[in-house]
Amino acid sequence: MASVNVFKPKARLSNSNILFLIAAVIFVVMYLFAIISFPNSFLQFQTFFDLFNLNAPLIIMTLGLCIVMIGGGIDISIGAVCGLVTMACAVFLESKMGSVWGAVLVALGIGIAFGILQGYLIAYLEIQPFIITLSGLFLAQGLLTTLHKDPINVTMPAFVGLRDFDIVIAWLGTKNRLGVFIPSEIKLGTVIVVVLLVILASLMKWSRFGRNVYAVGGNSHSAMMLGINVKRTIFITYVVSGLTAGIAGFVYIMTTGAGNVGNAAGAEMKAIASAIIGGTLLNGGVGNLLGAPIGTLTLLVINELIRAAGVQSNFQAMVSGLLLYFFIVLQSVIMSLRDRRRFSIALPPWLRLSGKEQTGDQREP
Amino acid sequence: MLSETILEMKDISKSFPGVKALDSVDFKLRKGEIHALMGENGAGKSTLIKVITGVYEKDAGLITLQGEPIHFKAPEEAQNKGIGTVYQEIMLCPNLTVAENMFIGRSHSPVVNWKQMNEKAGQLLDSLGIPASPVQELTSCSLAVQQMIAIARAVDMECKILILDEPTSSLDEDEVHKLFKLMRELKARGVGIIFITHFLEQVFEISDRITVLRNGKLVGEYETTSLSQIELISKMLGNVLEDITKIKKHEPIVSDTSIPVFEGIGLSSAAGVRPFNFVVQRGEVNGFAGLLGSGRSESARAIFAADKVTGGEVRMKGKRVKIKTPLQAMKQGIGYLPEDRKGDGIVDDLSVRDNIILTLQVLKGFFKPFSLKQAQTFAEEYIKKLNIKTPSPNTPIKSLSGGNQQKVILARWLLTNPEFLILDEPTRGIDVGTKVEIQKLVIKLANQGMSLTFISSEIDEMIRTCSRLIVMKDREIVGELKGTELTETDVMNVIAQGGKNICTN
Ligand SMILES: Nc1ncnc2c1ncn2[C@@H]1O[C@H](COP(=O)(O)OP(=O)(O)OP(=O)(O)O)[C@@H](O)[C@H]1O
Ligand SMILES: [Mg+2]
Repeated sequence: MASVNVFKPKARLSNSNILFLIAAVIFVVMYLFAIISFPNSFLQFQTFFDLFNLNAPLIIMTLGLCIVMIGGGIDISIGAVCGLVTMACAVFLESKMGSVWGAVLVALGIGIAFGILQGYLIAYLEIQPFIITLSGLFLAQGLLTTLHKDPINVTMPAFVGLRDFDIVIAWLGTKNRLGVFIPSEIKLGTVIVVVLLVILASLMKWSRFGRNVYAVGGNSHSAMMLGINVKRTIFITYVVSGLTAGIAGFVYIMTTGAGNVGNAAGAEMKAIASAIIGGTLLNGGVGNLLGAPIGTLTLLVINELIRAAGVQSNFQAMVSGLLLYFFIVLQSVIMSLRDRRRFSIALPPWLRLSGKEQTGDQREP
Repeated sequence: MLSETILEMKDISKSFPGVKALDSVDFKLRKGEIHALMGENGAGKSTLIKVITGVYEKDAGLITLQGEPIHFKAPEEAQNKGIGTVYQEIMLCPNLTVAENMFIGRSHSPVVNWKQMNEKAGQLLDSLGIPASPVQELTSCSLAVQQMIAIARAVDMECKILILDEPTSSLDEDEVHKLFKLMRELKARGVGIIFITHFLEQVFEISDRITVLRNGKLVGEYETTSLSQIELISKMLGNVLEDITKIKKHEPIVSDTSIPVFEGIGLSSAAGVRPFNFVVQRGEVNGFAGLLGSGRSESARAIFAADKVTGGEVRMKGKRVKIKTPLQAMKQGIGYLPEDRKGDGIVDDLSVRDNIILTLQVLKGFFKPFSLKQAQTFAEEYIKKLNIKTPSPNTPIKSLSGGNQQKVILARWLLTNPEFLILDEPTRGIDVGTKVEIQKLVIKLANQGMSLTFISSEIDEMIRTCSRLIVMKDREIVGELKGTELTETDVMNVIAQGGKNICTN
């Protein structure tokens, strides 16, 4: 060992950071490619901002989901909860006692309620998160249709004002064909995305809670032995994810202005895809919240590219699927290369085959 | 020195389904003493300390800390009361940095101050001479370094009690000395230390008192100086151990000129071993010696293709074969008992029986499962042969004591009856009695024609069993010892000098 003492190992990039970097590089490359192929749309600042303006709810959901996934769990109820919130807000705003602040409270309340319920069942009663949040998905969907079946257009003046509110960036814009300068516009949702991103990313990096989430996701038994309250930590991750789903619901209706049964349907799948593309591993312990918007944007840019190329929309779904395969395999390859392990797809415990089949695992010599 | 009691346990009992792990055990730890807790595998040592730290709830009994009754419900509470613990299995988070692993769960501030944490961790690592950087991810550290980090974590300078459950099992001599130095410093400061190990010399070197457990019952508490090694062993086993010097070393059945069972030429792997040649004769017991990190395990892993093989060719009985995956190696009749049983070996939730038949099942193919009766017979045979302490073959392996888990993995490989079996630290964490049993078994298997490669940190153990030792240093073979050259001093010399031309033949 004496010889080893002299040698101080160099700190290499952590897995979280390397996966994030890869995601970032891929996004930049993709965006450059988009600019080169379709300069008149992608070279406009507004196109970039619109990615945020129109997809803020998805990014917000992905943020919460990333936290749950880093803790080793999964939450597939977020899309349905988000949809439920839009409808609940719409019904509330159109009722006699409707008010914007009230709607905000409704949104946060529904989100947190789902978070607490699911978090309790998963953390304290130790039921599989996949099953619990699948039930949550059905519950939220059921509540949504019970609440109201037909689309509601919110007409309340205060809310319409909020919906149409734009922040104009006067110094950043593009000239249109007639040579008139059109400044860029940012929606409130984009501002909320940025604020939440800063808050949650800092939480994960600099708070005790955030580091505990990483520890629990890395190895929950060790985390317990290290003196971490594992159950409480897991519980809070689901509450946060419920909360972000609630916020996403409010931002959703703030963008579209209408409650609709189909709102945010299937968004949880897009969020999971975004999280993975953004470098959050399905099996927990690894991920970077800054990757959440990057993952979402990568997914969106690809879809935009396909659309701009005039390809049918069913190809968009197919390409998203292939992209996901690519990322999961890429991540697994990187992780196995770094650990000098034989290649094996990293899977979370709730996705692993039970009992005997697991022994086919390559790690088993 | 005043011997004020800091921790007292009275009439502690603890049962698990099918076992009484602790049966009204008394234990007393005094201020500033190093107290060794001894006993066979499954005697209840780890259970006793887990009862102290609140991992398990005791069924009966009373624990007092400095006169006050305590009743911890979670490890964090014990930690807050100044009890630092290093558990038998390393309990750290692989995805966090070294510094985080040292401090997580200990600070009460809601905000993490990375700079301060890294500085503190750096100082602690330096003062203990641990070759790791605070900002490194834990996965990139070797097992021994991880073990040292776990120790560094537990050694809070404010702690009153330090509990070390087999901390030395994956350390080499230098690190053990570092640890002992640290333990003496803490002792001088008045910290009470509970020390568990299966290395008797270490117990006699460092401890002041010894408490012996057998089958969950207290045998007694003794002053270390009042006990001889033989007496201690007989107290642990309940009978007298037969003399280990009686083990008859075994010479290969066939001459050097016959076709070897295994022949590796220029083997290398992604784990960084330099290309090496390695030949194994039928019925031979040989060994890889060297310090931790010298490449002993990596060489073995390269043979078995447990790491990605990057070059070289392999002949089995003179015939060239392709071995790129562990399964191919297994099909060629090579077995490998890995060093890291937690990461590579046991399947936590499966029963002891399923863990034993696992490899044989893989070889046979999953579509042809063994009948339950057949599996049961296999399992019972090896439970008896290796003296595995388990309530039944049906018990999940994770509820066995550390040493008994190790025996299950060993049984798994013996069951497949390979032609060439590599044992990497097969006796780690195994008690003295069983160690001798395993050494005898190795010789017996070789007599029956199996070739074995034995890797162990304990050189005397290898000298007792191997007829040929390959010495490694810095991931390279630096010498080979045979016959009369096989003495502890010779081996140490070759390791120390790393001389290529000293003893090669
Ligand atoms: N979680 C558990 N569930 C069921 N049985 C258990 C559990 N933990 C320990 N046991 C049983 O309790 C007994 C004592 O185990 P313990 O781990 O305390 O032994 P030990 O003295 O530490 O042995 P070793 O030297 O092998 O580490 C064993 O028979 C073991 O099978
Ligand atoms: Mg133990």
